[in-house]
Amino acid sequence: MAAVTPTPQPGKIEVGKALWEGRLAYLYILPAFLIMAFITFYPIVYQVWMAFTNFELRHLRLQNPEFVGFENFVRVLGGLPIPNYSFGRILVFNTVWTFVNVFLHVTLGILVAVALNIKNLPGKRLYRSLFIIPWALPSLVSGMVWNNMWHERFGAVNLLLQELGLPGNIRWLQETQPVINIPQIGLVLPLSFFAVLIANVWLGWPFMMSIATGALQSIPEELYEAALVDGASGWQKLWRITLPMIRPAMVPATMIGIMMTFNQFNVIYFVTGGGPLGLTQILVTQGFNLVNQQGWYGVASAFNLIVFLILAVITLITNRISRATEPYYA
Amino acid sequence: MAHIQAHTSPARRASVSAGGVMAIGWTALAILLSLGLVVLGLYVIAVRPAASDATSAVPKVAGGLVAIAAGAIILVRYSRVARAYSRERDVRVLRETMNADLVQAFLLIVLASVLFPVLWILSMSLDPRDFSRPTGLTIIPPGATLDAYARVLTNPSPNPVTFLQLLRNSLLVAAGTAALAVAVGTTAAYAFSRFNFPGRRIGMLGFVLVLMIPPGGTLAPLFVLLTAVGLRTSLVGLAIAYTSTALPFAIWNMKGFIDALPFDLEEAAMIDGCSRTQGFLRVILPLAVPGMAVTALWGFLTGWSEFILAWTFLSDPPTFTLPMVLRGMVGQYAAGTSWAMFSAMSIVMSIPAVMVFFFLQRYLVSGLAAGGVKG
Repeated sequence: MAAVTPTPQPGKIEVGKALWEGRLAYLYILPAFLIMAFITFYPIVYQVWMAFTNFELRHLRLQNPEFVGFENFVRVLGGLPIPNYSFGRILVFNTVWTFVNVFLHVTLGILVAVALNIKNLPGKRLYRSLFIIPWALPSLVSGMVWNNMWHERFGAVNLLLQELGLPGNIRWLQETQPVINIPQIGLVLPLSFFAVLIANVWLGWPFMMSIATGALQSIPEELYEAALVDGASGWQKLWRITLPMIRPAMVPATMIGIMMTFNQFNVIYFVTGGGPLGLTQILVTQGFNLVNQQGWYGVASAFNLIVFLILAVITLITNRISRATEPYYA
Repeated sequence: MAHIQAHTSPARRASVSAGGVMAIGWTALAILLSLGLVVLGLYVIAVRPAASDATSAVPKVAGGLVAIAAGAIILVRYSRVARAYSRERDVRVLRETMNADLVQAFLLIVLASVLFPVLWILSMSLDPRDFSRPTGLTIIPPGATLDAYARVLTNPSPNPVTFLQLLRNSLLVAAGTAALAVAVGTTAAYAFSRFNFPGRRIGMLGFVLVLMIPPGGTLAPLFVLLTAVGLRTSLVGLAIAYTSTALPFAIWNMKGFIDALPFDLEEAAMIDGCSRTQGFLRVILPLAVPGMAVTALWGFLTGWSEFILAWTFLSDPPTFTLPMVLRGMVGQYAAGTSWAMFSAMSIVMSIPAVMVFFFLQRYLVSGLAAGGVKG
């Protein structure tokens, strides 16, 4: 066998030797690989095939979908016969939704973490444990509760406005008149965008606070003492010491946040259901509807492959950005 | 030394006078605010609507008393600070008090916004009114009762399924897939962490790609394939679908964890005559138990509240999971469900998740942070 020959030889034998030496590694991977081959990789490959067929509900039993080429992709991008469907608008909305959310999550998370990092702050432990609640609750439950809270007549938000003597009959989730409308880039934000944004900020910032808290606690005290000697103000300490020191932890957390928010199914689906007029639909909720309501499996496959490509591009870009802004590992 | 002092003292004096005006203004504002609170409290207690009954009068009086108390505390605090300032003419006391109170005010506002939905849902779950909706905000509604919880536990859904069946289904699928994924995933993670072999890079790339698939991203093929093999409407089929995302996640997570364990330990064991596998079983595995527990519980939390696959695949009520029944309590499916029942079900479903989360919070955060920072 190649493995027992002591002298290294070029070409095929070396590959064989490497394979043989990796035999233990392959053995360790084998169970996971077998399972994943059947239930993860095969469905993915099957999805690619389905994307080129007219697979619909009726083919579940008859099993003879026809090959339709790129028709599904063209229809997904160009327009499906669903009311208020526009791939471009959904993509623009999804992007705006992601970046507004993550910006607010990170800002609020860092602000609260910095406030809670003050020495001998009264109530620190209580705040820290209570602030985790929105993150700890299943997002599906939070989504449904927020949907209930935005109810036009009996929801908690309108009741609170009434108690404060303000007009408490706002149609948070039904109002179709857009608040922001920029047709040049296809951006339409109805009132329900702000409702679902508040819900997602509510449940999103504690994650960033936790990451920031961990990072803040690892900043050496001497840096602040040195700054004090130099007469630095509070703002200077924040901008020159605190933020640069927590950046290595916040950058990957922000990337996780971007991916999680881009695909935040539970909040969109349960708070607004994508409405009104499909204006708050994001890609994952639309993809779900294609399978669940329409039963267009071929179209849904093409749709999901396109979404997957978009996610890959976003990952690449965020990776680039995070590496470009990373002076600490050099 | 002398010139340094000469340098710093004018600068300090300048900053004191700049911030000093703000601090003095803030103190005046706080005293005014406290007086306003006291007056408001007295007003609320004194001027009651004539036809008010006992149930609406009690919260009003309580609210008035709270306002008076808060006003009194702020008044005492700031009059003491103001007196100290007039005695010593040192603006630092004012500034420190202002900064501390602004931070507290900010945190209290955040706390109120965090607790608002939680208190709302707790309050509604105690509401005795069946189908009429709440008309005002109360922390404990008049005639509070645990009736909704009793109904959720005995008869959670119009479908023929008991709460125990739902609980069992949710637990089986969530815990089962998480445990299986970690058991199979740990060995694979060990290989990816410790061995260098042909195909390693491609394998890792494959994982990254699979991890990028959004929730429900392979819904269509899984639906078709599981239907074809006749498993789609069963819990086994659902478990297979869950494992297809739980396993890559578990491998990725465990690889990060094993990467952080020092290689010296295994090396020492191998010098002592352990084989590679013995090193894995006796050295790495015991050390990896916390990582395995966190990965499994993370997977459990995901499965516990998974909705997309369960809602799409399952059609037979005895196989339903808790999120599906909760979904049935809102929106177009909610005919015949009171908000009290929905609230009670939300809380019942959240309790295990929140408990697991609080118990594991330290590890979850440190794991995420370590994994993230390492890149």
